[in-house]
Amino acid sequence: MVQLTVNGQTHDIDVDADTPLLWALRDELGMTGTKFGCGLALCGACTVHIDGVAMRSCQTTVEDAEGTEITTIEAIEGKAADAVRAAWQEIQVPQCGYCQSGQIMSATALLVENAKPTDEDIDTAMYGNACRCATYHRIRKAIHRAADLMEA
Amino acid sequence: MLHHLEKAIEATNPPLTRRGFLAVTGGAGVGLIVGFSFPRGAKAATGDDQFNPFVMIDSDGIVTVLSKHLDKGQGTATGLATLVAEELDASVEQMRVEHAPAHPEVYKNLLFGVQGTGGSTAIANSFEQYRKAGAAAKAMLVAAAADSWGVPAGEITVANGTITHGSGKSATFGDFAEAASGLEPPAEPTLKTPDQWVYIGKDFPRLDIPNKTMGAPRTYGLDIDVENRLVAVIARPPKFGAVLKSVDATEAKAVRGVVDVRETPVGVAVFAESTWPAIKARDLLVMEWDDSNAETRGSDAILAEFKALAETPGAVAHAADYEAGLAEAETIVEMDYSFPFLAHAPMEPLDITILFDGETATLWTGSQIQTIDQGATAAVLEITPDKVTINTQWAGGSFGRRATTNADYAVEAALLAKIWGEARPIKVVWTREDDIKGGYYRPMYVHKARAGVKDGKITGWHHRIVGQSIFTGTAFESLIVQDGIDHTSVEGIADTTYSIPNMQVELHSPPVGVPPLWWRSVGHTHTAYVMETMMDALAKAAGVDPVEFRLAHLGNDPRKAGVLKLAAEKAGWTEPVGAGRHRGVAVHKSFNSYVAEIAEISMNDGVVKVEKVVAAVDCGIPVNPDNIAGQVEGGLGFGLGAVMRNEITFTDGEVDQANFDTYEPLRIDDMPDVEVHIVPSTEPPTGIGEPGTPPIGPAVANAIGQATGQTPTELPWSKGGLV
Repeated sequence: MVQLTVNGQTHDIDVDADTPLLWALRDELGMTGTKFGCGLALCGACTVHIDGVAMRSCQTTVEDAEGTEITTIEAIEGKAADAVRAAWQEIQVPQCGYCQSGQIMSATALLVENAKPTDEDIDTAMYGNACRCATYHRIRKAIHRAADLMEA
Repeated sequence: MLHHLEKAIEATNPPLTRRGFLAVTGGAGVGLIVGFSFPRGAKAATGDDQFNPFVMIDSDGIVTVLSKHLDKGQGTATGLATLVAEELDASVEQMRVEHAPAHPEVYKNLLFGVQGTGGSTAIANSFEQYRKAGAAAKAMLVAAAADSWGVPAGEITVANGTITHGSGKSATFGDFAEAASGLEPPAEPTLKTPDQWVYIGKDFPRLDIPNKTMGAPRTYGLDIDVENRLVAVIARPPKFGAVLKSVDATEAKAVRGVVDVRETPVGVAVFAESTWPAIKARDLLVMEWDDSNAETRGSDAILAEFKALAETPGAVAHAADYEAGLAEAETIVEMDYSFPFLAHAPMEPLDITILFDGETATLWTGSQIQTIDQGATAAVLEITPDKVTINTQWAGGSFGRRATTNADYAVEAALLAKIWGEARPIKVVWTREDDIKGGYYRPMYVHKARAGVKDGKITGWHHRIVGQSIFTGTAFESLIVQDGIDHTSVEGIADTTYSIPNMQVELHSPPVGVPPLWWRSVGHTHTAYVMETMMDALAKAAGVDPVEFRLAHLGNDPRKAGVLKLAAEKAGWTEPVGAGRHRGVAVHKSFNSYVAEIAEISMNDGVVKVEKVVAAVDCGIPVNPDNIAGQVEGGLGFGLGAVMRNEITFTDGEVDQANFDTYEPLRIDDMPDVEVHIVPSTEPPTGIGEPGTPPIGPAVANAIGQATGQTPTELPWSKGGLV
């Protein structure tokens, strides 16, 4: 039995300790906003915040996640997250959208740390989030826009 | 992608002139539902209820459009909703869109004759149909309002979701939805003229984006968890064509959560209560495979065989006296090219949930050709296709992978359901490794091209292509492959719209034991690259500017010339490029659309960085310009990642790549700045999902040629250390 705190709520989950947090969220808690893309932390689709830091939930076991504060796409909020979502809609970023939960989680973490990122900062922070639709051009634009929205 | 099927299908089934009569239903609590009914003959053919909703308006005024096409990111669902909203004069806020059920007749792609999405045909075939549905709904709402208010219908106006009359009366769609459902639909609703459009050609926001930024539940197939479902993962043969000799599942079965392990015709299936135990247990299977009928060659051996074949005459796809043409030339240009196998690698690996109760089957998946998925599932389960219900989910990408002519992954699910025996939902999950190693690749191709030029004009061209046929061995072989020529192997060259005299195109289609498939833009993925790098080489040989050289050969294709000129103008082609920068151009027609791309690159220590791309596109009437721009941006990014560093290779028949480390997608720092310019047009809308992809490889390759004097001809470029 593992105890996880997700989006402020505590859940007791009966899975093996080596179970990736990703599958606990999706299969045990029914929170399917966090996506499975590669299973090896190579694509970022499964990005969640663990104690405020963007982490790949496919490479984080439930054992390691115990005792932390986990935030997922379903509940992320605050100035940066709200600005990111608004910019994502304004710039019309998503196409298939499957990677976008992870993109939004990474972009939010970036803006919390760095309210005015440069293109280089964005490339560094978002490098690990793959998008096969190649919406990168708009992701970059939307992060700049979100920064402006936060400032306004 | 599938546009090759149109003509073939129409040839065997005379074009259907009847596209159905407008019809309505609805009533208390349901509102107004507008769709199409079919004549009795069609009813006899399909044997079921003939009313088929396209637009539903409920008493709250919410307008729901049913998309007969799969939206896998290309924006089609919003495109169809835009067409309805336009004729309805609805507000953006009241519009919703859902995927339609599966039905081969009523939700068919009017260009295919079956329900399916591909070949960048979704808007092209639906343009009139969805506008008509919207126009009929509006006419009935207006008639109901006129009746209620006692005023002539002609005095009523509708704008932005509000019905009004000069007397001051005003109503919402919801107010009259029920009353409208009792009226007769107009036989032939009047469509707006283009000058009356308020949404088409303007910007209409994508209706799927809010959910996709919220992590909304039950969006993609992988999000579907039907109660009591089992999760299955399959250990498929490590070599294509191998069969299972033996399996020891002792350790796998001991994993907590594993319910059973079964041998199936497609591999060894692990059934578990949830996903992780299934994945974990599969790694513990000990299997032996019989390779007697497997493809055991390495990709190097296949490439060597292809290169040898390229030296011998092939089947003639386009005949001409090329020798005479080449003899006239002042300069001859000769280039050899090789293109690797490519995986589609959509972000959402394949998944499908099936429930078979012995009589009917239900599927939940991002189904791309519903009619084939229905038919193939039914065949496995020994039921009729109409007993297969498909709940089409939003798809996390496809790029062609979800559209197989044998419904490969639906068939797997059906086999597992049959083998399981009990009526229990089974969700088959593919891991990324399954996806990358799973076949259905863009096949490997080799090109050998030789062309001559004199006085700025091409005099002759000889072209040989070697590569696996996509259609041979499929149900469509007899329709698509004619006289040994699979049109998808030579499209973009044999049917080029450049005026090229004395051009002969030959083809070898050697069999390879790896399942091939169309990949975003199909044959154009390689033919555009060869055609457009050859054009640059010929321009150079002729001493003519590459844009001018192309224009000199585009006298018969003003639309292609048009996008080329527009891109050149917007990119400042005639002005000097910045210090350390180099430019390259390419233009290509595919799926009846025209795209020109001008790439600007820099090179540092021999490594290429694409800085900027200026694109111009002509896809007829631009229904959603911002979405068109998005498809060109993404389409060229998709193509760029592939030409830079993607390849599937084999060692003794086993795929060498496994995940995004060895098959690394384009990353954000690879993505250039992109500018998309759309040609205003009154031509019918044509494709946009695919046409942005073909020109990027050659545009950048031509820029590399400008920078280094060497145009890369072996793909991917990572082989030559360019990236």
